[in-house]
Amino acid sequence: MLKLEHISKTFNAGTVNEKRALCDLSLHLRPGDYVTVIGSNGAGKSTMLNAVAGVWPVDAGRILLDGEDVTGKSEHRRAGNIGRVFQDPMMGTAADMWVEENLDLALLRGEKRGLRWAVTKSDRAFFREQLATLGLGLEDRMTTKVGMLSGGQRQALTLLMASMKKPKLLLLDEHTAALDPATAKKVLEITDRIVEENRLTTLMITHNMKDAIRHGNRLIMMNQGKIILDIEGEEKKNLTKQMLMEMFQKVAGSTIDTDEALLTRNS
Amino acid sequence: MSAASYFSSLSLLKLAKSVPGGVAQGLIWGLMALGVYITFRILDAADLTVDGSFTLGGAVAVMMILGGCPAWLAVLCAVLAGMLAGFVTGVLHVKLGIPIILAGILTQFSLYSINLRIMGMAANKALSVDKYELLLSSRAIPSAILTSFAIAFVLVSVFYWYFGTERGCAIRCTGNNPALARALGINIGLMKIIALSLSNGLVALSGALMSQFQGFADINMGRGAIVIGLAAVIIGEAVGRGLLGKRLNFYGRMSFAVLGGVMYYLVVVVVLWLRLNSNDLKLITAIIVALFLAAPYLREKRKVSFRRGGKEGAASC
Ligand SMILES: Nc1ncnc2c1ncn2[C@@H]1O[C@H](COP(=O)(O)OP(=O)(O)O)[C@@H](O)[C@H]1O
Ligand SMILES: [Mg+2]
Repeated sequence: MLKLEHISKTFNAGTVNEKRALCDLSLHLRPGDYVTVIGSNGAGKSTMLNAVAGVWPVDAGRILLDGEDVTGKSEHRRAGNIGRVFQDPMMGTAADMWVEENLDLALLRGEKRGLRWAVTKSDRAFFREQLATLGLGLEDRMTTKVGMLSGGQRQALTLLMASMKKPKLLLLDEHTAALDPATAKKVLEITDRIVEENRLTTLMITHNMKDAIRHGNRLIMMNQGKIILDIEGEEKKNLTKQMLMEMFQKVAGSTIDTDEALLTRNS
Repeated sequence: MSAASYFSSLSLLKLAKSVPGGVAQGLIWGLMALGVYITFRILDAADLTVDGSFTLGGAVAVMMILGGCPAWLAVLCAVLAGMLAGFVTGVLHVKLGIPIILAGILTQFSLYSINLRIMGMAANKALSVDKYELLLSSRAIPSAILTSFAIAFVLVSVFYWYFGTERGCAIRCTGNNPALARALGINIGLMKIIALSLSNGLVALSGALMSQFQGFADINMGRGAIVIGLAAVIIGEAVGRGLLGKRLNFYGRMSFAVLGGVMYYLVVVVVLWLRLNSNDLKLITAIIVALFLAAPYLREKRKVSFRRGGKEGAASC
């Protein structure tokens, strides 16, 4: 479904701030793969997702989405196939617009937006039904401005917005990191359900190793712009935090002292 | 002059007489305020093209009517000219990466030369209501009020509809959260250009009507228009929220932007009636706008102040 072939990205090339964020990175996701992504701060996890979404062009390599080469396409042209949820609950919704208007914006992801009235009666019925599945009572607050909702409600809404149109790819960038543990757990449950029901091919970055082990069918670990571990199936099911730490130590070598602390944060 | 004689010289009748004219002008300025509302509130950007496109609208309308064109067609062309001005600002900003404030200033600056050319290198062009058929005029104030009110009513309704459509929602999303808009496949550059064009079309319409109302176009008629537009938007918002509170919906917001123009002009009428120096009006307007713009910031700052840091008393947990 997604193929990254030898992707490289360097920020601020030729300046003192030069930063090689992705380094000849390759990754192949099969349809329905639900991949959790871990790695220390600055490993390049977000950069990988941004490269896939097309926030900026990559320096080298190719990005294939469902067989189509999208390397040269800008972000808004790729958007039709990609749903995203960010760490900051403010990022994924339009705060000054109503819940139903936000959902309608998402319903038209990647499509031409014309002069039809945006939220029709049948849209509203559909949104109500979808919101009810979140179990947060949002179906009764469709004409509330999203800015009035809590962080957890906004993240759940963003998840719905990202997945409602069944994207070919769902990108989640630490989307529970800003939530309290109970809310984070609830949002993760919703995530699992949405991904499984729609069989979405998903990349989920998380800072929490337990979550990375517990969710998804595959786990990758990144370090210094590269994928250093790729585990799936039975092997992933039997993983423990301890094993992950040891593997990281073995592959990443000397950087473990600082990274161990970062890797275990929140877990 | 003693205070007593000053007050006795103020005739309420005179004030009452100048109110209708103020209302008519206020409604015309209100259309410009609606344009400012689109950029300032919906797109969340300050567009300084306004001063130039207001004059542009007046210049195009007057010259075309003088050339024998029917007034409605002249006004239509003025609107298109204004949209073109907004388009240029949009392209300077979106395609050439010039910050929007600067892009607006550049367009506005260049419009001074263009407007002069349109007016045949004259700084002022008179347009007599006796010789030409105009849409409205200060000679017939009741009908001017009616005409401008009807135009405002129709346009507020049209824009209410427009911003409820898929395209309109995309523009609102662009102003509200551009990163989300991009992630949803919205071409935010195009949305900005569209919004700037629509906004300046309204501003030019306002200029075209104003030049007919006052019977001339002047190269400086748009000077400071953006500040008056902002004042109208802000005053209208404050009054609208005061009157309707949470019930103030989108239709109400836009209506109150237009009504803000009327309220602003009634203040002007009173200032003139009190025989305060009308040259101070711009200073007063600027102070009002500055205060209103600063209010949300100051309110926020009072909540989190370093001066009061650590002095909140007992821990609240
Ligand atoms: N837009 C950018 N401009 C400059 N540097 C960036 C940018 N995005 C990421 N980086 C740098 O690239 C590296 C990888 O960042 P990121 O992908 O955000 O890491 P993480 O794995 O924590 O998500 C970091 O050193 C970061 O500072
Ligand atoms: Mg990150």
